[in-house]
Amino acid sequence: MEINLEDIFQNKIDNEVKIEPRDWMPEKYRKTLIRQISQHAHSEIVGMLPEGNWITRAPNLRRKVALLAKVQDEAGHGLYLYSAAETLGMTRDEMYNELHTGKAKYSSIFNYPTLSWADMGAIGWLVDGAAIMNQVPLCRTSYGPYARAMVRVCKEESFHQRQGYEIMMSLCNGTPEQKTMAQDALNRWWWPSIMMFGPNDDNSPNSAQSMKWKIKRFSNDELRQKFIDVTIPQAELLGLTVPDKDLKWNEARGHYDFGIINWDEFNNVVAGNGPCNKQRLKARVDAWNNGEWVRDAANAYAQKRKNRVKSGQQAA
Amino acid sequence: MNQNEWPLWEVFIRAKQGLSHKHVGSLHAADYQMAIENARDVYTRRMEGVSIWVVESNNLYANEPNEQDALFEPATDKIYRHPTFYVLPEELNHM
Ligand SMILES: [Fe+2]
Ligand SMILES: [Fe+2]
Repeated sequence: MEINLEDIFQNKIDNEVKIEPRDWMPEKYRKTLIRQISQHAHSEIVGMLPEGNWITRAPNLRRKVALLAKVQDEAGHGLYLYSAAETLGMTRDEMYNELHTGKAKYSSIFNYPTLSWADMGAIGWLVDGAAIMNQVPLCRTSYGPYARAMVRVCKEESFHQRQGYEIMMSLCNGTPEQKTMAQDALNRWWWPSIMMFGPNDDNSPNSAQSMKWKIKRFSNDELRQKFIDVTIPQAELLGLTVPDKDLKWNEARGHYDFGIINWDEFNNVVAGNGPCNKQRLKARVDAWNNGEWVRDAANAYAQKRKNRVKSGQQAA
Repeated sequence: MNQNEWPLWEVFIRAKQGLSHKHVGSLHAADYQMAIENARDVYTRRMEGVSIWVVESNNLYANEPNEQDALFEPATDKIYRHPTFYVLPEELNHM
């Protein structure tokens, strides 16, 4: 009887048996996961930059400790995900190198600037909100280490979104100027957040395979619709207006209809021409280069201690 | 490119007294002390643990996944290792 490894693999997936690092897997599955998980990790790491921009200017200590804790969580998310990707055979340095040379992508939302304090509210509410929508189904993704990393991530995300919404609430209940700030932030972050779910389904060539392998469980458009449906009532509660004149409830569908997404803008930002692409990448490359002496010194110190232990053993 | 990469460590955390350490993930560090400090920041930001073990990943050995059957299959037909294999009178409660 001939055993077909690919059939055994697909059989496991169909039966909801997780794939673990040393199990046989198709090369394409491995490559798809490395690309997706490392891009996800890069997004968490680059995603610290727009918010890091406001830590020193938070309006009070309560907001400052919360923002600091959130940004630190994002660093943690990046680290969980990098280590999940490493189990597939790519080294950490290779992943960093792909980010730093522009070969690897990260979520294009982080290429937009954070112009006012209200952006901290809008990001927590919308960007983390959209991320949660994407990430919750990933807790059941077919690759074990990725699924386990996402469980940790999701546990931490809900505080992120709540602190963002709370910022929006304070601004909307404040002075007219503060409410205007909140509306302005929503105006600027709404469409980029909607784009976070990626291209429309008929324009997303790898989706079908990812669904068959249960890397993904819902399509881009399904998740986007879900996000819009839950977010509109939240905007109404704040007394804010979503910047989409075509947005309206569709009784027959049981969903909100919404306007056409400007994919030219999306593709342009992905291609590297967003408002902050160069600045973000430079910040990462500088951090890496400026940290080189620290990495080398730590290595040298560890080596010295190892040698000392060795010579101690020889003497004894 | 990778000769300077800090080694990889596997991290195990005891969630609370009375439980065993459980694998939670991995991280890079130059030595074990740094690995423990980093593990504290990465994996216990919300009281997830009271004790941390770190093991350099290349010191960890595992069975080959393709030996799965040879190692674990024989256990399935040894049902006499389970209490329900033994038929005892009903009157004998709780044995
Ligand atoms: Fe995150
Ligand atoms: Fe987050």
